[in-house]
Amino acid sequence: MGRITLNKVVKRFGEVEVIPPLDLTIEDGEFTVFVGPSGCGKSTLLRLIAGLEDVSSGDITIDGTPATDLPPAKRGLAMVFQSYALYPHMSVRKNIAFPMKMAGLSQEEQEARIKKAADALNLTDYLDRRPGQLSGGQRQRVAIGRAIVREPSAFLFDEPLSNLDAALRVGMRLEISELHERLKTTMIYVTHDQVEAMTMADKIVVLRAGHIEQVGSPLELYRNPRNLFVAGFIGSPKMNLIPGAPAAKHDATHIGIRPEHFRIVESGGTFTGKVIVSEHLGSDTFFHVDVEGVEEAVTIRAGGEVGLRHGDKIHIEPEEGQIHRFDAQGLRIA
Amino acid sequence: MATQHSRSAARFMMAPAVILLLGWMLVPLTMTLYFSFKSYLPLRGGDLGWTGFDNYVRFVTSSAFWPSVITTLVIVGGVLVITVCLGILLAMLLDQPMWGQGIVRILVIAPFFVMPTVSALVWKNMFMDPTNGLLSHLWRFFGAEPVAWLSEVPTTSIVMIVSWQWLPFATLILLTAIQSLDSEQLEAAEMDGAPHLSRFFYIILPHLARAITIVVLIQTIFLLSIFAEIFVTTGGAFGTRTLTYLIYQRVLESQNVGLGSAGGVYAIILANIVAIFLMRIVGKNMDA
Ligand SMILES: Nc1ncnc2c1ncn2[C@@H]1O[C@H](COP(=O)(O)OP(=O)(O)OP(=O)(O)O)[C@@H](O)[C@H]1O
Ligand SMILES: [Mg+2]
Repeated sequence: MGRITLNKVVKRFGEVEVIPPLDLTIEDGEFTVFVGPSGCGKSTLLRLIAGLEDVSSGDITIDGTPATDLPPAKRGLAMVFQSYALYPHMSVRKNIAFPMKMAGLSQEEQEARIKKAADALNLTDYLDRRPGQLSGGQRQRVAIGRAIVREPSAFLFDEPLSNLDAALRVGMRLEISELHERLKTTMIYVTHDQVEAMTMADKIVVLRAGHIEQVGSPLELYRNPRNLFVAGFIGSPKMNLIPGAPAAKHDATHIGIRPEHFRIVESGGTFTGKVIVSEHLGSDTFFHVDVEGVEEAVTIRAGGEVGLRHGDKIHIEPEEGQIHRFDAQGLRIA
Repeated sequence: MATQHSRSAARFMMAPAVILLLGWMLVPLTMTLYFSFKSYLPLRGGDLGWTGFDNYVRFVTSSAFWPSVITTLVIVGGVLVITVCLGILLAMLLDQPMWGQGIVRILVIAPFFVMPTVSALVWKNMFMDPTNGLLSHLWRFFGAEPVAWLSEVPTTSIVMIVSWQWLPFATLILLTAIQSLDSEQLEAAEMDGAPHLSRFFYIILPHLARAITIVVLIQTIFLLSIFAEIFVTTGGAFGTRTLTYLIYQRVLESQNVGLGSAGGVYAIILANIVAIFLMRIVGKNMDA
């Protein structure tokens, strides 16, 4: 129930090939996150799976049945949109009931499912309000409620939290994760947000210009990025990618070291430089360091109590075994 | 920078326009009110003095009054139904991406730029003429007896002509409303399993509700006073006499200015009732 396979799927808008031939399998019950820079085709891919866009070639299989030519309604998938896409002239109750009404469910069944969804999502008090009278977070919950009651074989989310403020986002993130734990239904989730991707995903798909750069669990991607792009994309703050002489010492074109994998040492150290900016977050401090022999500023993470300031001299040393090496093609050297 | 000085300067500058507008409205209004309380027969003795509410009573008790009210309602109602229904269809059609969209849109709007008198004459002579009209040629082509539109089905004919004129207005307003519909809502409904017809009735139509009300109210105000279309086609004969036309006949054909003015005051009251509804709804639109 809910295994989705894409086989050589291509999508063109006119002349422009937005998705070049792409293969991907999403296992049943998996929480898959699509990440990638803006315009890389995440939404398009999701809409292809949903059936809101037609594939130019290739095929899509859902639960073992060919779904390439099925209309969206027949695919058994539910989608939560970034704009929530609630029906503004219907009450929350009617919004949630709409897919069931379209499916011709009995009145009692509808009531029962609405009640269950409303309880699960804390919407019971708002059932008779219109979407316009709800806050962003509540609207998002209604949209999720409308998706749940259909009991779909998979949920599709397109940046569902991007319209919410930071605090609410954390809350909703937990709620969606919890929902996934409870329902064990396949979920595909598109996001820009590093933290959402790392914390929620069973599997992350990193896309660039419609290509899959790497697929894997969050930690796999963090520990073993397959190429420079993934290395730079996963992790926050970004991995430091250093070309030139320091990389040549490791027989590589680029070396990558994450900010959290640097130690500050009294003297010596592999790199020496001057602090340009220090960002104190309380728990951590990020130093942007102008290192001799390295063009771009190097970011390092240190404890919250380290008190270096602009212009201070600093010696840093990468931790053993935490240096990622990349060759001239940008691929990881094992 | 609304200082005392600039405000009074602004008032001073606006004064001519305001005075002109006020005069424009107030003079005819006062004159109508003035004459409606007089017995004033220009060709039969002129001003015969005050008569109180006589004219008002006579206007509504005349045998022509109720039929003219009914004709007005039929014409206004008929035009509203046709323009709103066809307007929605056309708007949805024009919203689809298609070849030559710009030109088609201009063509659809074109009838609105034709003066009522002209369009009525064109319809009367080129389409509805029983011997030479295009419609009668069409009827004959299919072997049917041509219809003498303006004498056999005069009200329907006028409804057709006026609908043709007002369809562009309805289409334009409804088109902008349709274009403002969030496409994600339609996609959500599609995912929710709503077929085309359900999407129309559950999503598109409710979204258009406000635009439809506005079309209905604005058109009502203007349709209550249609005149040229009747004047050049049937001349008020064959039961096509509307309230406006009745007023015209009272004043110019029976030369009874007082009686006509009383009718005019009724028309003003009616139009204002509609206008108040319109302001309310437009105002609500602004709030939301
Ligand atoms: N209907 C369309 N017609 C033509 N090009 C389109 C259409 N929809 C999307 N595109 C193009 O396809 C590419 C991928 O778009 P898509 O919306 O999938 O990006 P995305 O990864 O979701 O970006 P974001 O993170 O900004 O939402 C973009 O370059 C976009 O310009
Ligand atoms: Mg997107």
